[in-house]
Amino acid sequence: MKPDASVIELILESKLENVEVAEEIARNVSARAGFNEEAGFRIEMAVHEAVINAIYHGNKEDPRKKVHIRLLVFKDGLEIHIRDEGKGFDPSTLPNPLARENLLNISGRGVFLVREFMDEFRVENCPGGGTEVIMVKHLKSRNQPNQGGTGREHEGDSASG
Amino acid sequence: MSMKATVRQVDSITVVDVSGRITLGEACKELREVVRGQLGKGQKNILLNLADVTYIDSSGIGELVSAYTAVSSQGGQLKLLNLTKKVHDLLQITKLYTVFDVHNDEAGAISSFQTA
Repeated sequence: MKPDASVIELILESKLENVEVAEEIARNVSARAGFNEEAGFRIEMAVHEAVINAIYHGNKEDPRKKVHIRLLVFKDGLEIHIRDEGKGFDPSTLPNPLARENLLNISGRGVFLVREFMDEFRVENCPGGGTEVIMVKHLKSRNQPNQGGTGREHEGDSASG
Repeated sequence: MSMKATVRQVDSITVVDVSGRITLGEACKELREVVRGQLGKGQKNILLNLADVTYIDSSGIGELVSAYTAVSSQGGQLKLLNLTKKVHDLLQITKLYTVFDVHNDEAGAISSFQTA
């Protein structure tokens, strides 16, 4: 990513109804950053899944805990940080939802979809507690949303949450 | 926009017209109750019409899988009708498109059910 980002930050209470707030902001910021409608939808959906994970799995819907969202708009793309105040998780331990034995699982596709829709994805455990999901979408792939992806979906440890 | 599910009968098939957002929370719960309710009434052939579904997330996809396995386990059939491009793409990405019997035409979907 090139320097000179404009930054949008918001802090949400751990309520499921706030997911749509995050989605709407992601949709507007994506459009402003230059992404087309399809890429914008994928960014919006990645934010939706990551915020749900933060509220539901990270903060366990504890009203005292917050979800911290930071969107950095660069000239060549968008970097999104979503941090919860939970105990953290290791995405490499999540089962592959595309594996035959997991195909009919009811849950376990959230992180997989985030990885599928974004070009970069990583999870960091924060020193003061909580987990931060960092995901990047490059503008160069705006006409072909999957172009420039990591290809993680084809790895044996592709995962979801 | 929240989810709405309307049930109608076409011959012996239960058609559920779903509209809005199928996401974690009340929408998934409502869809589950509708499908389980039909199973409870002995209606085991269910066609989910998703033409007016504007958004579905990973939990909504899971709810479709849950409905499929619940109906199948009782010897019934659950099929999908009129997928939007977004839902179609998500089922492709998650490799579920081949699991579900998907139709684009209601009459064809109705006639595809094997009724005893």
